Amino acid sequence: MAPEPFLGDVDRSPVTHHILSVLVENKAGVLARIAGLFARRGFNIYSLAVAPSEGQARFSRVTIVVDAESAPIEQIVGQLNKLINVVAITDLAPKDALERELLLASVVTNSENRAQILGLVESFNASIVDVDARSLTLMLAGTPRACDELEKSLEVFAEVELHRTGRVALPRLTKTEEN
Amino acid sequence: MELTGAQALIKSLEHEGVETIFGLPGGAILPVYDPIRDSSIRHVLVRHEQGAGHMAEGYALATGKPGVAIVTSGPGATNIVTPIANAYMDSTPLVVITGQVASASIGTDAFQECDITGITMGITKHNFLITSAEEIPRVVAAAFHIATTGRPGPVLIDFPKDIAQSKMEWWYPESIDELDLPGYKPEIVLDLSSIEAAVALISEAERPVLYVGGGTLKSDATAQLVAFAERTKMPVVTTLMARGAFPDSHPQHLGMPGMHGTYTAVTAIQKSDLLISLGARFDDRVTGKISAFAAGAKIIHVDIDPAEFNKVKPATVSVRSDIATALEAFDAAKAISKNLDPWWEMLNGWREQYPLVYAPTDDPALLRPQEIIEAIAASAKPGTIVSSGVGQHQMWTSQFWKFDEPRTWINSGGAGTMGFGVPAAIGAKAARPDVDVWCIDGDGCFQMTAQELVTATSEGFPIKVAILNNAYLGMVRQWQEMFYEERFSEVFLDADLPDYVKWAESMGAVGLRARTIEEMHDAIRQANEIHDRSVVIDFRTPASEMVFPMVAAGASNDDIMVHPLQEVKN
Ligand SMILES: Cc1ncc(C[n+]2csc(CCOP(=O)(O)OP(=O)(O)O)c2C)c(N)n1
Ligand SMILES: [Mg+2]
Repeated sequence: MAPEPFLGDVDRSPVTHHILSVLVENKAGVLARIAGLFARRGFNIYSLAVAPSEGQARFSRVTIVVDAESAPIEQIVGQLNKLINVVAITDLAPKDALERELLLASVVTNSENRAQILGLVESFNASIVDVDARSLTLMLAGTPRACDELEKSLEVFAEVELHRTGRVALPRLTKTEEN
Repeated sequence: MELTGAQALIKSLEHEGVETIFGLPGGAILPVYDPIRDSSIRHVLVRHEQGAGHMAEGYALATGKPGVAIVTSGPGATNIVTPIANAYMDSTPLVVITGQVASASIGTDAFQECDITGITMGITKHNFLITSAEEIPRVVAAAFHIATTGRPGPVLIDFPKDIAQSKMEWWYPESIDELDLPGYKPEIVLDLSSIEAAVALISEAERPVLYVGGGTLKSDATAQLVAFAERTKMPVVTTLMARGAFPDSHPQHLGMPGMHGTYTAVTAIQKSDLLISLGARFDDRVTGKISAFAAGAKIIHVDIDPAEFNKVKPATVSVRSDIATALEAFDAAKAISKNLDPWWEMLNGWREQYPLVYAPTDDPALLRPQEIIEAIAASAKPGTIVSSGVGQHQMWTSQFWKFDEPRTWINSGGAGTMGFGVPAAIGAKAARPDVDVWCIDGDGCFQMTAQELVTATSEGFPIKVAILNNAYLGMVRQWQEMFYEERFSEVFLDADLPDYVKWAESMGAVGLRARTIEEMHDAIRQANEIHDRSVVIDFRTPASEMVFPMVAAGASNDDIMVHPLQEVKN
């Protein structure tokens, strides 16, 4: 058995979200159609990530983290499916999903906080991707939970600029009962 | 063969079998109006783009074929937004073509530019912005395919002017595989286990009700519905959108459910132990307070659109299918119900106690709106089409007109669009010149779109309009009377302003007025004898008349208010 990664592989935040992995035609206005649908039906979006899909210019993959409390997931999927440009939807419950997110943060450093920041980088398995005399930029590719924790830990520093991508997900290969 | 984009658009419409389009030209769509002169397609020149949209809807509702409208960019496009929203709510197949500024000008706030694809994203089944002349045939074919298959709806094509003027080599898709719609799969494989589960519920039910919605008409399932209902002996209710899907004259028909439905239809649903929804969508005007709606019933929900399942009311069994196919499958699976005699005894008791009534008129000088509708219906030939606006007159028409054929009731259900009646009637007449078309309108509604009677006259689509002139925005007045302590606020219209007779005459129609029962019969007789012009009758009706039964908005259907004449005095 591989050792448990930091903070576990499973998102332990309250399980009210679902991850919809949506294959869409790469046509003008597709994102507006999706966002508009969510807005007018009162479905909440936690995060949304888009990228060209499967090496094909024709399709994109949109990963939407939705609030399954705001509406039954069946409704959200059913309404999304009616968008003509939506080709396929995979609905992943958190327990079946391998979720990852990327966090970038630039922190202004000084002699006092530098060691503390480096300590965080190490314990979170993050990496330093840019440095200059005054600041450094760190990156974490990890579970949304790990990103949450790191974001929280960085709050103590005075000057931080932080961006997150929103999560992407794939189904787990082997499903385990434990969590 | 090399064509301009404009020619390709018109030729594509011809390829789709379009015979009539409703529209009004302007700058951005100008190039398209040139090849219209040479086309086999009949263009009907409207007086306002809203009229074009509602005419296209009337055409579609009367025939089942898609209605087509064409307008210019900017204000032309925004003027047709209401009909698009209306068609979306009522799942009416429509293809709307809007002119757009030249591609290079899009996004620059050019003259008469407007983001109509953005505006209509939430009220179309789909919309397209054409980006090259080559794709015109594919987009048009896709638009018609999307509008008419699965759950029908409006599709908009936004057509930039430069593309209309550029050249393309003519082609036309030969099959739907060429339409480039990887995400659209309307064909359904019927899940037989859902049919079996439904049949099992039907066999156990003691108090079943067939709750028939507009999807039954879309699916042309009247014959299957009558056969199924007769074989199983189940009672039938038809929603506002489904009037005519099951004959009103049939003894198993309990009438319309909902806010102004019959007591028996509403109560049958409330007391049912099995509700079989056929292409209905549990609209709040039908359900009233949802937690109290059919609280003891199991639900079989048949719909072509799976997003309807469990949207409002959880289904015990959901059957994804068009209605005709599902009913045939129920029959093939030998669905039979229990002995429903005890249930019919209850139903017939309610029918006897609470028929649709209105205060009798001993006074021959007083015209009841319900009486006018009954008199027109009684004088109408079989197959007569009737449209209405939105308000009290609409509810009375759906209550007191007896519908015996599908596609004879043309009305605005989900959106409740005042002003729908006159242009929709003209569209229906354009589609069915062989039948009489009546519009039972309100005075308020008539004033919103009456100018289209000019279109009716100039294009030769004579319709008959009965204005139930109560001098009020009557339905709003009724709510103010019942729920706002008779504090009438901004609902008075004045029976004599405008002068409807003169207005009708100025539009090339015959204008008549009726204040008494005698005048009423006379005016209806005259209207039925006139075939070469439209007729408008200004019927004077009392403002105090209210629509009953009524379930107050948000109230439980158990608290249905019957007509004051039927209230049990204690
Ligand atoms: C476009 C539009 N505006 C407002 C309303 C709200 N409304 C519903 S019924 C009604 C009154 C209609 O008056 P009228 O046409 O005279 O019909 P009546 O109820 O008097 O029969 C109004 C204002 C509406 N349904 N549609
Ligand atoms: Mg009125």
